[in-house]
Amino acid sequence: MSIEMPVNPARRSFLRHSALAGGGLVLGFYFNAANSAGHKVAKPGDAAETAFRPNAFINIDHNGTVTLISKQPEIGQGIKTSLPMVIAEELEVDWQDVVIVQGDLDPAYGSQSAGGSRSTPTNYEEFHRLGATARTMLIQAAARIWKLPVEELLARNSAVHHLPSGKQLSYAKLAATAAKLPVPPASAVRLKNPLDFQLLGTRIGGVDNPGIVTGKPLFGIDVQLPGLLYATYAKSPAFAGKVVSANLDEIKALPGVRDTFIIEGTSNLKGLLPGVAIIADSTWAAFSARKRLKVVWDEGKVTTQSWAGFTSKAQELSKQPGAEVLRNDGNVTQALADAAKTIEAAYSYPFISHASIEPQNATAWYKDGSIEIWAPTQNPEAGQKIVTEILGIAKDKIILHITRSGGGFGRRLIPDYIAEVAAIARKVSGPVKLTWTHEDDLQHDQYRAGGFHFLRGGLDSTGKLTAWHNHFVTFSHNVVKDGKSSLELGSGANLSGDEFPGRWISNCLIEQTPLECGIPMGPWRAPRSNVLAWVFHSFIDELAHAAGRDPLGFRLELLGNKGFLPGTGEKGIPYDVNRMKHVLHDVAEKADWGKKNFPRGQGQGIAFHFSHRGYIAQVAEVSVSKDGKLKVDKVVVSTDIGAQIVNLSGAENQVQGSVVDGLGALMFQELTIDKGRIVQSNFGEYPMLRIADAPTKIEVHFLKTDFPVTGLGEPALPPLAPAVCNAIFAATGIRVRRLPLLRTDLSWS
Amino acid sequence: MSKYTIKVNGVSKTVDVSADTPLLWVLRDHLHLVGTKFGCGIGQCGSCTVHIDGVPTRACLTPINDVGIRKVTTIEGLAFKGNHPLQQAWQELDVPQCGYCQAGQIMTAAALLKKSPHPTDQEIDTALAGNLCRCGTYLRIRAGIHRAVELAEQAMV
Ligand code: FES
Ligand code: FES
Repeated sequence: MSIEMPVNPARRSFLRHSALAGGGLVLGFYFNAANSAGHKVAKPGDAAETAFRPNAFINIDHNGTVTLISKQPEIGQGIKTSLPMVIAEELEVDWQDVVIVQGDLDPAYGSQSAGGSRSTPTNYEEFHRLGATARTMLIQAAARIWKLPVEELLARNSAVHHLPSGKQLSYAKLAATAAKLPVPPASAVRLKNPLDFQLLGTRIGGVDNPGIVTGKPLFGIDVQLPGLLYATYAKSPAFAGKVVSANLDEIKALPGVRDTFIIEGTSNLKGLLPGVAIIADSTWAAFSARKRLKVVWDEGKVTTQSWAGFTSKAQELSKQPGAEVLRNDGNVTQALADAAKTIEAAYSYPFISHASIEPQNATAWYKDGSIEIWAPTQNPEAGQKIVTEILGIAKDKIILHITRSGGGFGRRLIPDYIAEVAAIARKVSGPVKLTWTHEDDLQHDQYRAGGFHFLRGGLDSTGKLTAWHNHFVTFSHNVVKDGKSSLELGSGANLSGDEFPGRWISNCLIEQTPLECGIPMGPWRAPRSNVLAWVFHSFIDELAHAAGRDPLGFRLELLGNKGFLPGTGEKGIPYDVNRMKHVLHDVAEKADWGKKNFPRGQGQGIAFHFSHRGYIAQVAEVSVSKDGKLKVDKVVVSTDIGAQIVNLSGAENQVQGSVVDGLGALMFQELTIDKGRIVQSNFGEYPMLRIADAPTKIEVHFLKTDFPVTGLGEPALPPLAPAVCNAIFAATGIRVRRLPLLRTDLSWS
Repeated sequence: MSKYTIKVNGVSKTVDVSADTPLLWVLRDHLHLVGTKFGCGIGQCGSCTVHIDGVPTRACLTPINDVGIRKVTTIEGLAFKGNHPLQQAWQELDVPQCGYCQAGQIMTAAALLKKSPHPTDQEIDTALAGNLCRCGTYLRIRAGIHRAVELAEQAMV
């Protein structure tokens, strides 16, 4: 059984080379006992030495196989296909000659965290240079062999050509010569003209698709090692509770159980929480023993916390001034008093889970003060860091293999499960795989925080928006640093005073009050934006209708003619108004905005949002039956993510996935907090969007603009919820102010 | 613990496990056939779907004890060369995102196509109602099944 076992030994040594050079860590074998050679450093004379390896990402061997390293973790966002495409484009290799291998965690690759839709923008330019540098060297190698000037040569289809004579030399034949050349300075490397791109912008299938459709071991949970043991880890249902006692003797005597022990852990919600580990011969033996486990927990103060309690506290707080002022322009009190019309509304949304289908898991093998880890992670650096903290092992004694992840959505940026497997492996001899149950996953997630917005808006007699007041009640943790405790906003639970429409209204007051809680919070696809866009574009829609204005026209007027808006202060967000207006006009045109005559029960809604460097506008078309059943008939998306779509198929898949994901969260997802724990435990109680509820059609338009190329894992999600809710209003007159949708009766007559 | 001999992808395999061990874990931990995925363990996500005598079945809810002499087919055994029309269509249309649910989607779809070689979108939605895709590839799944129908027809002429 192997995971992406490279077939050729030269490639294997290339893969292991840099990790070994850095740490000198050699542990037994990698996935397959027969392949321990994979850990040998290439010796002079090995095939690897005749291969051309201009940098850590490219290896061309004497057979012409081009191996490219994918440095970022693949979680379904398609980066393992798209970033290597950039190198292949500049390198002028045929895509079918390319083998892509997931890189381990290695400083040679630079940052390897996949989050914030940053993988593309932070690597795009550099990856062009990597490929172009290698191409330049291959041309130089041919020039040397033929004794011809480089100007007369060109690279194409994995070979260098001399057109006047018709001579050509394949990269396979050039590899050994190119390997001896010095790497040219950046000034001597010419990047391709985007007009000449042949690969970028085309539809390329995911590189792992053949393995996915035939069931090959690709994911963290698929890792198999000789002598592998299987672990489960029980934590306190009330967050961060401590273990008082457990029936360990009884558990130890159960069939298939090898060991069970208490891990004291820490109070770090993103690290190693206290719990009981059970180690067994198989996953099922571990899970079965877990059902008999009886633990007395010291649950602590968190048990006083509940969603009902948070909600009534938020109501109370809404009547007082906010704890913090995020923006205060003009005079909101006066403007509201002067307004021809004022509208007031309260919006709220619950905590939700990432609920990826592959539960958290990781495999680790501790041996002689070193540890080797296999993990489906978005953030291998964080995994390594937490292991150094917990086990006191130096970074260079940790090998971390990044496996494919069965979904990420931000969950796998947090390394709690890696901390757990490392702590477990420390006490087990041989390799051990920790698998969470889905119940563990739902009850010990790093949740998307809930929140409450209390909004007031004022319109003048011409229907212009003149005042905006928002009191945002959000969630924080009590953090103790250097003996001083303070409230720190939960990850993804913050709001910027710059957030649209903050900078656009002359009388604008945005306040914030944090509620203290002990519930883990973490980034959930398009953090903040995934809810803020819904709140603000729903309320703007309310105001547009109150003003008797077309929701598109109202928004365009609001955006105004300011062109480019710089951010306020250091943390402010620059905003290109023209780019947003461009996508807004485009989506309106493509969706025939305002041109369709819908019967009652059907309608269109519009929304836009800027996040993760992307400008996105959406129009949703919905049908709501008399008994309140919603069907999203069509969603039209217009995006501006810069000058180049890397992989058209992957990009379209991301946008469609974002729309479906946004719709699932909008329609169904909700967790209840009671007694400091999550009430729901599995998909049965936490419904997710199924195929019949997916929109009938999702139309995706990519505008090609002159701006830098940016990422697409997140920005297409936020506008979906408000577009759908605004369409529901157009169809039924019902305004949705609470998520999820199933909390609102949509029936009409 | 007892010995069970089951027939998986045409091959007889013997394992020594407790009677309540779900087929899912026998496949994954004992036979190292990991294409069949663990998602929820309670029959809600469909990522563990296999065929038992041709019927799509949740391996997480099927104790080894109940399998008996019936034939088990997993994603690894769906087509000898991995070229079932669905497997081809899935690659052609680039259906997967993370890919974790896709073995289950394909196994469920394969059973549907046996029963109904030209399914409508409605039939697809009904047959695949038990298969979650957290990444939201549902539109491409529908398109992939229609494409597989075409590929199967082309292969017949
Ligand atoms: S794992 Fe069997 S249905 Fe989810
Ligand atoms: S492709 Fe990720 S769950 Fe379906």
